Amino acid sequence: MGRLFALLLLVLTAAPAQAQEEVVAGLSQNSVALTVNFVGSDILIFGAVRRDGVIPEGPLDVIVTVEGPPQEATIWRKARRFGIWVNAEAQEVRAAPSFYAVASTAPLAEILSPEADLDYRISTRLAIFEARSDTDLTDPAAFTEALIRIRKDEGLYQEGATPVDLERDTLFTTRITLPKNIVEGSYAARIFLMREGAVVDEYETFIEVRKAVLERWLYSLAYDQPALYGLLALVLAAVFGWGASAIFRLIRS
Amino acid sequence: MQIYLPIAETSVNAFTLLGVGGGVGMLSGMFGVGGGFLITPLLFFIGVPPAVAVATGVNQVVASSISGVLAHLKRKTVDLPMGWVLLVGGMIGSVVGIWFFNLMSRLGQIDLIVQLSYVIFLGVIGAMMFNESLRALLRTRSGTAPRRKRHMHTWIHNLPLKMKFRASGLYISVFPPLLVGVGVGILAAIMGVGGGFILVPAMIYLLGMPTKVVIGTSLFQVTFVAAFTTFMHALTNQTVDVMLAVFLIIGGVIGAQIGTRVGLKLGAEQLRILLALMVLAVCGKIAFDLLWPPAELYSISVAGGA
Repeated sequence: MGRLFALLLLVLTAAPAQAQEEVVAGLSQNSVALTVNFVGSDILIFGAVRRDGVIPEGPLDVIVTVEGPPQEATIWRKARRFGIWVNAEAQEVRAAPSFYAVASTAPLAEILSPEADLDYRISTRLAIFEARSDTDLTDPAAFTEALIRIRKDEGLYQEGATPVDLERDTLFTTRITLPKNIVEGSYAARIFLMREGAVVDEYETFIEVRKAVLERWLYSLAYDQPALYGLLALVLAAVFGWGASAIFRLIRS
Repeated sequence: MQIYLPIAETSVNAFTLLGVGGGVGMLSGMFGVGGGFLITPLLFFIGVPPAVAVATGVNQVVASSISGVLAHLKRKTVDLPMGWVLLVGGMIGSVVGIWFFNLMSRLGQIDLIVQLSYVIFLGVIGAMMFNESLRALLRTRSGTAPRRKRHMHTWIHNLPLKMKFRASGLYISVFPPLLVGVGVGILAAIMGVGGGFILVPAMIYLLGMPTKVVIGTSLFQVTFVAAFTTFMHALTNQTVDVMLAVFLIIGGVIGAQIGTRVGLKLGAEQLRILLALMVLAVCGKIAFDLLWPPAELYSISVAGGA
């Protein structure tokens, strides 16, 4: 709340410079640690619209997006072959965000023009880059829709799940929930000021999601020195397996 | 309490994991089986990615069999030459299995392969166990003694490269045990199991080994093939999750101690019927998932991830 107040002061005391509107924003936290007991995290995104003079005519809207590191992915569709359900058809996706949340003051369709959406790739559908494929799939769009649907169910894609609260066309806040199954990396938080469907100003900041010390160490060991990691797994198994039965033998005797 | 698994990259309830490890450990203590064939499918059911479940399941097999193999080595109930031949075969099989596993992962069919292998093996083993223990139960009721047939010498024993296995009292070609080893190694890599449930009958009926060295020798082979397979999975797929393994192992060790004591109180025949029914139930669940139209036709596989 203190930071919010400081921002407000900043906005109110700012020298009148340009006649346009600018967005300033902050996050409740810039880093998230994936610790052993990580169950998800709420990020509060807040900010203010900085302007000189009077508020321009017409409605002002705010869109906030948070995007996790993009991944290459393959979407499979099952079909019945010889009586059992197997992955039969596939569609490649060049880059799909591992996490994508869009919050806005009003439904996207009412405040975002298709042109602005294409330029800034704001809606979930446009945040996914499909591979240009020459496959003979009859309905390639169904695959991307399935990707969005599955990730929505897992809490990884959120569109219109939380609103953005905008007060007196100046102060806004929203809350984005990072679920427990997020991957590590740099998460881009973008804030758009919208007027008549067009983007008036854009602000970008990052949230660093990192595994905590032990998890980070295990993960990088597994990928950078797989042989050492494999030996560690075996030593742990041997020590625990043998050690525990030795302890039980001691207890029994 | 949720715990974050660094390799599976998701959180799972710690008590669920301890429960799975403990439950399977209890069964392995009661029935004297490794339990890998139950741990891996149970991990699928709680949402661990299949590749991680298989690689970590095989790591758990190392922990659950190591103290057994040490005890058997001390008691000298391991046919070491036979163990080594089986082990060499097992390593060859493991390499083949891992290669096949990685190929199928790339083709997006690994889940299907793993599930199909489980349906086939659990189905066959479960049916055989159920049939045999039911007959044993009926025999004890009617009071006639079971007739044991001595192993038969067939053409497979007359292949070249004969070797003497003193502890087993066998003079046979190395190819049958080598091939048995290869088969078990492939299963270990694809299904995340030790393979004792295949190895023990193969040693008794196929190779004709005496029962007194069968358990020790199979434990010897299973432990080292599982260790080798864990290492290979860690090296080529990065799918061994030690955090997951530690929880399963702790649960498993405690469960095994309880299971051993419970097992002593129950009758052997009833126990085997129970185990057979359980194996069939797991098999049925996996088969049902393959045959029933899935709720979600689509699935996502991410490049570079588990």
